[in-house]
Parts: sequence; structure tokens; C-alpha cells
Amino acid sequence: MFDKKELEKIKQQKDKWIKNIYSTHIKKHPERKKKFENLSWNEIKNLYTPDDIAHLDYIKDIGFPGEYPFLRGIHPTKYRGRLWTFRQFSGFGSAEETNKRYKYLLDHGETGLSVAFDYPTLYGYDTDHKMSRGEFGKCGVAISSLEDMEILFSGIPIDKVTTSMTINGPASIVWAFYIANAENRKIDRRIIGGTIQNDILKEYIAQKSFIFPPEPSMRLIVDTFEFGYKEVPKWNTISISGYHIREAGSTAVQELAFTVGDGIEYIKWAMKRGLKIDDFAPRLSFFFNAHNDFFEEISKYRAARRIWARELKRLGAKKPRSLLMRFHTQTAGCSLTAQQPEINISRVTLQALSAVLGGTQSLHTNSMDEALALPSEKAARIALRTQQIIAHESGVTDTVDPLGGSYYIEWLTDKMEEETYQYWDKVDKFGGVLPAIEKGFYQREIANAAYKYQKEIEEKKQIVVGINEYQMDEPIEIPILKMDEKGEERQINRLKKLRKDRNNQKVERNLSALRKAAMGDENLMPYILDCVHSYATLGETCQVLRDVFGEYEEPAIY
Amino acid sequence: MEKKIRVLIAKPGLDGHDRGAKVVARALRDAGMEVIYTGLHQTADMVVETAIQEDVDVIGLSLLSGAHMTLFVDVTKLLKQKGMQDVLVVGGGIIPEQDAPKLKKAGISGIFGPGTHCEDIVKFIKKNVKR
Repeated sequence: MFDKKELEKIKQQKDKWIKNIYSTHIKKHPERKKKFENLSWNEIKNLYTPDDIAHLDYIKDIGFPGEYPFLRGIHPTKYRGRLWTFRQFSGFGSAEETNKRYKYLLDHGETGLSVAFDYPTLYGYDTDHKMSRGEFGKCGVAISSLEDMEILFSGIPIDKVTTSMTINGPASIVWAFYIANAENRKIDRRIIGGTIQNDILKEYIAQKSFIFPPEPSMRLIVDTFEFGYKEVPKWNTISISGYHIREAGSTAVQELAFTVGDGIEYIKWAMKRGLKIDDFAPRLSFFFNAHNDFFEEISKYRAARRIWARELKRLGAKKPRSLLMRFHTQTAGCSLTAQQPEINISRVTLQALSAVLGGTQSLHTNSMDEALALPSEKAARIALRTQQIIAHESGVTDTVDPLGGSYYIEWLTDKMEEETYQYWDKVDKFGGVLPAIEKGFYQREIANAAYKYQKEIEEKKQIVVGINEYQMDEPIEIPILKMDEKGEERQINRLKKLRKDRNNQKVERNLSALRKAAMGDENLMPYILDCVHSYATLGETCQVLRDVFGEYEEPAIY
Repeated sequence: MEKKIRVLIAKPGLDGHDRGAKVVARALRDAGMEVIYTGLHQTADMVVETAIQEDVDVIGLSLLSGAHMTLFVDVTKLLKQKGMQDVLVVGGGIIPEQDAPKLKKAGISGIFGPGTHCEDIVKFIKKNVKR
């Protein structure tokens, strides 16, 4: 990247500096640690200079924003043109309560919605199923039918605001609720925008809310890809997620390698079905974590963009839009402390800033109280305000990829890319992504990293403020969200009434049509839409698929 | 030789957040205990049945989802019914402070939230194990 003569001069000067200045200095004033490492346990040098990135070709490897390989961003103007979407992941209790919270957040400047569902919903159970016991509305909102979806979005302009839904096992059913709700409101499915997470691979790897075994799960996902580009063209039919892999304890490099690797696996399955890559690839999106190591995170997002563009090209994509990695980011829930919760605001600010400097399209900032309970209204508002401060006060949005060209950042970006390919080689040795899941490769890698990190905290090799340094013994004085105690009862009564009042013959007919189609190889989306339009519940529809596909059980390893 | 403490680490309910459970399982094993991990999606019946089969001294319940007031208490109730009060029960996860006294009353002897050092869990178990 640099003139050879110039580079040689810099190298010589650097050697001299190390000998005369640096080495003498550290003899008198030793550095704080013998070895500095980032959160992937990569050693970090004291200084990065042009020779660390001399192998890079500016045009080929770095380039310009909005141009291949998109390292510097997918848009030519980035945040000078349009800010990222302020999208706060939110949901609790009943549809009524969450609807109120959404309106509150939109009133305070949120620009996109993001639905957190409770566990029964994530597993495709209705609220009154026996496995739902104790979980109603706890980790998100309970949505058991189209009727609940209608309430959840009542009064919200879903023709204008986009909605992301964190749903995986039963993603196609919940998506069908959303589409059906739009249609009942006379909104064309071709204009609604949003995202379903729909990423089952990371469920097996890390997040663990799977329902069906891998093969039928992959079929359902390819069904949504196909239905999406044909019928709901503004919808992102998947959000390939590293977030949960990271939360489960992976390193940043593992998050990057496993996630982008999953992305390629989905493409292979869709192409095997006969879908054309340029038809569906533009609707694939990603979701990353923003953890503590500031520069490592920034490098991770940049590397992800470049790897994706290169791999898509290799897989035969021709449309520029297919090559773009668009991603959402959420700050790291696992980095929050229950102790001195207010200091989480500072953590979240730094993490969010790394996501912005890494060029995220959409961002969720965590609330300070999330290591204790679901976020209170005030905590959620402060988290949103944090994004607004970064966007409007910090000045970091004024230029595109402001850290591009930093010797350290470019070196680390490149290094993380290299290690990603090393991980892919390991996965290949297992015979691919699914065999590697079945043999517990990812799960072991993540569990090892999680345990190592925890041990380092206990040994004070990693300092966590408020946990192993700067502790305080003080009562925690932040308000905890109280939920409507009648919510569950109301929800169950509503379900009972729905099952009585709807046209049950039609429901039965639609469910049997779905069952028959599931046993064949047709695209299931139209059948699922018929079911939900006739107010078949989530549990009923999902049970049909459970009957046909069976359920996945993971080996319990630790 | 002293008998090894036998611990069952269990994930009741639908919650899939297993990072904490797995880290604690390893830490207890490294501290010399025999650890059995149930895996995910356990009902109270399954947890207690495994506890009987494996003849454990301690049950560690882990839950992030917030359903602890129901699902933890289901386990201790069942233990009481089966006359197994000599099994030490501890719990961990995202548990608001105000829930802790109620859980303790229900028979969850130790509650460990985020930021807990595994060493403290080891010490607690060694001190409080009943058999």
C-alpha cells in the first residue's frame, strides 16, 4: 500500500525507535502487563505502523464506501445521508402492555420496532400450554394468535415503520401473523418492511430455542426466502445472528467466523433448492454483538462486510445488492453488571459507539437494569437517548468510516478475517456446519471461551468494574418494571374465546392442508398464511409441523 | 477418602440461556465435585427424578427468563413431597433482589446473580451441603 522506499525508511526508523526510545523507556517504566491481549486472546502490540498493513492493496482490500469489497461501508454517504435505525428490542407481558411501550418508544424518537417474544411463543406454544408454565410475558411478549398480533400493532403505522421480530423456530408462523395483520388492515404485503430473525443454525449453536431438527428447519427457512423475494420484497427474511453466539460466551473472532459461515450455509441450501442467488441474497441481513473491546468490535464489523462481499462473489452473485452485508447491532447484554447498575450506561455508550464506527445499519442499546430484570420505562428511554447523543452530538457521523486507514484497525480487521478462514477450515473438517453442530464443535468452542473468560475475571486478569475491582456495598436503587398481574389470565381467556368463536371447520381444513403440504415438498408459507388468517393459533399450527417434522433434542454437554 | 459432593445442574423450563449453568458446572467439577448436567427444557418432575437417580447432594437451578418464582419453587415443592429436604438447593440467574427472600423461604438456600464468582458458589456448597 505504501511506496517501497518510503516503507523501508519507516521500518528503519521504527527499529531505531524501538531500540533507543521504547526499550529504554520500559526498562525504567515497565508496562502494566507483560502481554496485552484483546477479548479473542490475540496479542496486541504496543504500536502499529505502516509496515503492519503494507501487504494490503488500498483499492483491492480497502477501497471506497459503497464499492466492492465494501470494507468502508455499504453506502457512499453512510450516516451523512441517513442515520442508522434506532431499534430497541422490547416486549413483555401481554400484547396490550407491549403496544403501549412501543408507542412510548416511538414517541421518544425510536425509528424502528423490534419485538421480543416470551419463551412459549419462541417455542411455538400457546400461553395455555403446560410447557408455558411460569413463562408468560417474562422474557418478551406473549403472541399466541393473529388476534394478539393485531393488538400488538394496533395504532402503529406498519406501512411506514419497519419491525424486526426475534423469532426462529416458528418464524414462518409469526411472520404470517404479521403479514395477515397488515392485509386485514388493507396494507399490501409488498410494501411492509421488517426482519424475521429466522436463524436456526445459531439456535443449535448457542441460543437454544430450536423446535424441529435441522433439515426441516432449513426447509422452512428456504421457504421464507422464496416467498419473501416473490411476495414480500421489502422484508429481510433472515437475520443471521452472531449476537447470541457472543452472549453464550464466544470470542469476537468466533462470533464473526461462525455467523458469516452460517450465512454461507443458508445460501448453499437455497441454491440447492434451485433459488437464484441474486433473487434472495439481497434480503439476507445480519445481527452482531457490540462487546467491550472497542477496536476489536469495530474491526469485526468491517471484516464481516469484506468477507461477505468476497464470498458472495465467489458463490456467483452478480447484483451489487447481493454483496452488501447489512446488519443490526445490539450492545452486549452479558457485559452488564447487576452491581452498580447505573455504570452500565457508560458501558453501553462505548459499545454503541463501536457499532456506529463499524457502520451498523440499525442499533439496539441495552438498558442499565437488564442484569436485574426487564427494563423499566426510564431505563429504556436513557438507552435510546444514548444513541441520539452519539448520532447528534458526538460528530462521529460526519465522515464515512472515520477509522479506516488506521494501522491498528486495518491490521486487526485483516487478522480477524484470516482467523475466520481458519475456523472455516476446522468446520470443513467436520464435514460442514450441520455435522459440526451435531458433533458439538461450536458448543464446545463457545463453552471453553466462556469458562476461560470467567476464570480470568476471578483471577483478575480481566477487570470488570464493580465486579472484581471498585466494588461497593450499596443497595440497588433503580425501579424494577412491574407487570400487569392480570395479563396472563386475560390472555388465556382471550385464547379460549377465540377458539370458540372462529370458524373451526375452516381452521381444521387449513391445518390439514398444511399437514399434507409439510409431508411433501411444497413451499409452506401459503399454507401457513391460510392457517393464521383463519385464526389457527401459534400452538396449533406449530403442532402440525411438530407432528410431521419431529423435535430436536441436543446432547447435554458442558 | 472423603466422599465427593454430587451436584445436579438443571435448566428448568423453556429458557435456553445455558452459559451460566455450563460455567458453574465446570467450576464445580474443577473444585472436585461430581457434576451431572440435565441439559435444557426440564420439568420439575424430570429434575427431581434425575436427582433421585443420581443420588445427588445438591441441585443447582439456573434460569434467565424470569420464571424462577414458578419453576424454582415447583422443584422445591416436589422435593418436600418426596421427603428430600436433605438435598441442598441453590439457584442462579437474573433474579431481582426482592424475589430472593421469597425464594429462600421456599427452600432455595443460596441465590447467585450475575457477577458471582464461582469460588463463592463452591464455598457455599461445601459449607451448607446437608449430607
